[in-house]
Amino acid sequence: MDAAAIHQRLRAQFPAGVGDAVLETKDPWIQIEPNAIAEVCAFLKGDSDLAFDCLTNETGVDYKAEGYIQVVYHLFSYKHRHYIVLKANALRDNPVVPTVENVWKAANWLEREIYDLLGITFTGHSDLRRLLMPEDWIGYPLRKDFVEPEEYHGINTRRESLLR
Amino acid sequence: MSLINSMPEMVVTTKADQFLNWTRKSSVWWMLFGLACCAIEMMQTQGPRADVDRFGTAPRAAPRQSDLMIVAGTLTLKMALRTKILYEQMPEPRYVISMGSCASCGGLFQLAYSVCDGVDKVIPVDVYVPGCPPRPEALTEGILKLQEKMMQEKWLVRPTSETAAA
Repeated sequence: MDAAAIHQRLRAQFPAGVGDAVLETKDPWIQIEPNAIAEVCAFLKGDSDLAFDCLTNETGVDYKAEGYIQVVYHLFSYKHRHYIVLKANALRDNPVVPTVENVWKAANWLEREIYDLLGITFTGHSDLRRLLMPEDWIGYPLRKDFVEPEEYHGINTRRESLLR
Repeated sequence: MSLINSMPEMVVTTKADQFLNWTRKSSVWWMLFGLACCAIEMMQTQGPRADVDRFGTAPRAAPRQSDLMIVAGTLTLKMALRTKILYEQMPEPRYVISMGSCASCGGLFQLAYSVCDGVDKVIPVDVYVPGCPPRPEALTEGILKLQEKMMQEKWLVRPTSETAAA
């Protein structure tokens, strides 16, 4: 099934939750409402014609000027050998997106990483803790307005660098 | 007639300090503390080709049994606090070798948000080994430099105000 057919199939199933698609690109992608992402993903995995059984990657992008943080889902089906990319925009002030951990178990750590670095809260996640940064870290390093603190527990984070 | 003259081939004279330092430097047990790709070179250093064992070193898996900590790899801020705890668990006298660019100054990642710019910001370092990563020969050289440093220590002389100033 190609990307256009996948988009039509989703549009028919979720008229409110599925937005437009950009198909004339290397990785065709579909815009999804963040509230509907869990149901859409469950459908994509469960339907026998779609059968997206592999969450290849899940990541986030901070669009500061536009005022949202985007969660990107790269899906692949081993059964039908087709790909699709989903994008969901969460409001930057209070980014909340339902988890897809119940659909693909691989999302557990990927969503923890997004929570750690971009500060998106995934509702329904079983273990939403920081993954890479220390547990008591303040701030989200991959946000565009992140400012590195001067020190962390007495460790100075500044060093004279020839690159600056 | 002294003992040395009667048995010249069986007696060695030395200074007590030197003897203590010699025993100490001949059994440097180092802690397995590989943090990144430098750890692969550290394993090679212990392996049969570089064979750092011939200088009396041996790898230990616990800080409480170790004399030397070889910090091999990128030190993240999350690991920096744990590194300090591990260092404090080591019995004195204890030594630290900073292996590679990352452990010495943050290396390639020194501008990253999650990386501690050098292990010397957390614990004192005796020998820095440059390289990315250093070859086993370089780490062996670092251990030999540390042994030279150990041989110069004076444990029996208590530091007075005059010697401490000097």
